Formats: sequence, structure tokens, C-alpha cells
Amino acid sequence: MLTGLFSYGFMINAFLAAMAVALVAGPVGYVLVLRQQSFAGHALSHVGFTGATGAVLLGLPPLWGLVAVTLLAGLAMGLLGERVAGRDVAIGLVLAGALGLGLLFLHFFTAYAAQATALLFGNVFGVDRATLLTLAGLGALTLAGLAAIARPLLFASLQPELAEARGVRLRLVSVLFLGLVALATAGCAQIVGVLLVFTLMVGPAATAQRLSPRLGVGVALSAGLALSEAWGGIVCAYATDWPASFWITTLSGAGYLLSFLPGLPGPRRERPPRRPGPGPLPAPSGGSSS
Amino acid sequence: MSEAVRFDDVGIVQGGRTILSQVALRIADGAFVGVLGGNGAGKTTLMRAILGLVPVTGRISLFGRPATRGNPLVGYMPQRRAPLAARLSGRTLVAAALDGQRWGIALPSAQASREVDRVLEQVGAQALAARKLDELSGGERQRLLLAQTLLGDPKLLLLDEPLISLDPKRQAEMVALVRDVQQARGIAVLFSAHELNPLLGALDQVLYLGNGQAALGSVDAVITSESLSRLYAAPIEVVRSNGRIFVMSDTRIA
Repeated sequence: MLTGLFSYGFMINAFLAAMAVALVAGPVGYVLVLRQQSFAGHALSHVGFTGATGAVLLGLPPLWGLVAVTLLAGLAMGLLGERVAGRDVAIGLVLAGALGLGLLFLHFFTAYAAQATALLFGNVFGVDRATLLTLAGLGALTLAGLAAIARPLLFASLQPELAEARGVRLRLVSVLFLGLVALATAGCAQIVGVLLVFTLMVGPAATAQRLSPRLGVGVALSAGLALSEAWGGIVCAYATDWPASFWITTLSGAGYLLSFLPGLPGPRRERPPRRPGPGPLPAPSGGSSS
Repeated sequence: MSEAVRFDDVGIVQGGRTILSQVALRIADGAFVGVLGGNGAGKTTLMRAILGLVPVTGRISLFGRPATRGNPLVGYMPQRRAPLAARLSGRTLVAAALDGQRWGIALPSAQASREVDRVLEQVGAQALAARKLDELSGGERQRLLLAQTLLGDPKLLLLDEPLISLDPKRQAEMVALVRDVQQARGIAVLFSAHELNPLLGALDQVLYLGNGQAALGSVDAVITSESLSRLYAAPIEVVRSNGRIFVMSDTRIA
């Protein structure tokens, strides 16, 4: 029943689009999880919904509105700095507000209920050639940007105070990174929809971080998991006729749960209990004070 | 002997509060200096000023040159505020600081790997580096962070409260380790701490901060009732007992 998997143009487009998006979402998501900013990434995608519906209202391609508004929001979030990027309540309010506004735009543009569903939950089988090219271009741009800031980004994410002392411009790095997150998010939204961006950005990255303590391995694993979950989802959707986004979220969630299985390198063994009390007080080694 | 750190008429004001006022001091190259003072006395700010991260009046010089941000002669261990990324290996953490300020991507290289091995070896942390950060104790993590300060062969280490949240035994080990590294490499160390006593055997000098002023000298010269009372402009009593020193005021200061 899977024989026709590659016999339709839309299927090939779906696989290629999923690849362009997953190979970006894996590495960018890895850093996002490392920086504990996954909620900020989630919010960006919702802001993107407003951009997409706004673009439709203006008669522009929704992907353009999605990219433009997500990017603006990402840069703004980076500029406002830790005060906003780390604040759950502020982000949550912006997120809800953006979705509400997006709903209003949809209300004015009543013709396409399907458009709303596609934006919210993705439509990987609806990717046409032009969209595919846009996604590939966006992906290449995002990966190039990530490579350009990789070293200071990692340093600033792991030890901000030390990085600052060594001359890393924390704010600049943060703004640039959130810009990249915005681009990656916009791509993901095209595949799994704005509501489910987490599934490609955070799921594979979190799984990879459980499986390997090494950076290069983790990033590669994150990209590989995102790709196999996206492709696996497409195959399952073809076989069952259920939505691809459902299958991708299921595979992503299952991957994360499986990383907790004993025997894998990821699960942390219980540390032996600490000794009940501190050792004997050491006698001062010098007599400089008497 | 040349100077590692020199303050000329240095003043620091932060948020309307005077941290340092017209301070002049010279720290010799190769000296182990304990930086002491109560909470908020400016120990961290002093280090950040030396790193060029805090605007100052007057002049701070390091090895005869004005202090600027990103000086490769200075190694720094910040007082840890954010939790470390728990799932990564110690080696990843240390390696991230190697040329971490340069744009671009760090591709694996034998030279970088040797440099990381070198600093790990200097603090005896090779075995720790393979383990995940959340499997390490506080003392083991501090050891890795000390290794990280040695990247690029600095001549001056600024260690901000390395003893915090360590038990007395680990505190003594950490002090001995820093002293060993400092002696072996002949570098200057500024080591801030809440408590003087864990540092007593190791210090060449003590830098006591309080009331916008700084007192630098040997432990015996600085940690006295007269000297500290003058610094704080308030009666301070210093009690020496059984090789240990206690500084007391109405509320205990250090």
C-alpha cells in the first residue's frame, strides 16, 4: 500500500519540504532548549499566525506574512532582553493576544476556513513548488546564520557572565539567535502548523539532549530525529489517511518518552546518597595569624 | 616586581550607590590576594571593573596597560547565578570558552583539543570532564570552572566566590588547588570569599572592601581592630583564636 509513496508530485514536495524544515529545526531547537527559551519559540509561532492571517487579508501569500511578523517579533523579543524573553506571563499574554488578533483577521476574511486549519495545524501535502523553494531558501539562510554565530551563541548560552567578560555581546547574540528561531519557526509552521511547532523545534532537541552529553553528536541527533519524525509522519499519514501533523507529534512525543527507557545512555542514574554530614573541620594550614 | 593590577584614584558608582571612592592600590604580579568584605561591599563589582565591564572614574591598569574588556591576560570565574546546562559533558562546557568570543563555528581541531586537555590536566579534572554536569558535585564543577579560567595562559585570575556552597573539606581542597596552580604558573590571583579562615594559609595579601574604601596588605596588617574600624568608620573587633580569625561588629561582618 506504500508503493505509490513517491508517485505523486505532492508527496515528493512533502518529503522535500519536511526535510528543508526539519534539518533547520533540529539544530536551532537544540540551542533553544539549551537556553531554556522553548516557550519563547512557542510564542513566536503564535505571533506568526497573526502575520499569516494578516497577509491573507491583504492578498499576500500567508508564508510571507508569517515570516515577516515572526522575524519582527523575534528581534523585538531579543532587543527587550532577558526581562521579556524569560518571563512566562508576558510571553503568554503576547501569545494569546496574537492568536486573538489572528482570529479577528480570519473573521474579516471568511472565505477560507481551510486556510485557518492549515495555518494552525499545518498542511504538508499542500506545499507547492514555489513554497518549497521558499522553505529551502529560508532553511539555507537560517543554517548559515546559525553557523555564523555558533561559537559566541554557545558560549553565551552556557556561561553568560564569562562570555560577557570575554567580549561577547550578549544582547546582539540574543537578538540574532531569536531572529533565527523566528525563521525556523516560520518554516515549521508550514509543515505542522503554528500550534504544533513545538513538536519539531523542541521534541527532537530535548530527546537528543537526553541521549548525548556531547554537543556535536547532540546537534546531529536532533536534526536526524526531526527529519525521521517528519518523514515518518508523512509515511504514516499516507498509509492511514490521518493528518500528517498528528503522526509527527505522535512520533516526536514517542521519541522523547523512549529516551527515558533504561539502558539508553540518557536516563540519569540515581546518585548515591550524600554523606550524612560534612567532614571534620580542617585545621588551618598556616599560622600567619597569631 | 611588576604590577598585575593598579588602581589610580578609582571610583565606582552603581545605581546611585558609591561602591569605591578614590581608591589607589597595587597588586604585585604573582600575588595571591583574598578579596573580603560584607555582602554588597563590592567584591563582584571590583572584579567586573577589572574586567572592563563596569564604568569607573580614575584609571585601572593591568600589567601596565589600561583595563579593557576581553583582555586575554585575565581568567575569570564568575559567581554562578544561572544553573549550568545539566545534560552536557564537562568537557563541552570548558571547550565552549576557548575562543568563544569569536564569530563562526568551532570545528573540531587537534590544537583546540590539546589546549582543553592541558587546562584540565592542570587542575586534575580529566576524568571529570567526560561526565555530565548534573552528575558532578559542587566541588567538581568548581574544578572544571577553574580549568576554564586557565585557557589561553592568563597572568591574572579573578575568582568570584569559588567556595560558595562547598562544605569545609571541599573548601580547603579548592583553596589548596588554586594555590598550587597559582604557584606552578607564577600568576596573580584575586580570590573573593565570605570567610577569611579557609584562605588563611594560602594568602599573600588581603584586600578588604567596605564603606567605599579598600585596605590592602598582609593579613596581620589589615585584619586588625584598628585597621577595620578605620575602614568601616565604626567599631570593629578582631579576635584571634587558635589560628583562626573572627571579625565582629554589632552584627558579624566576616
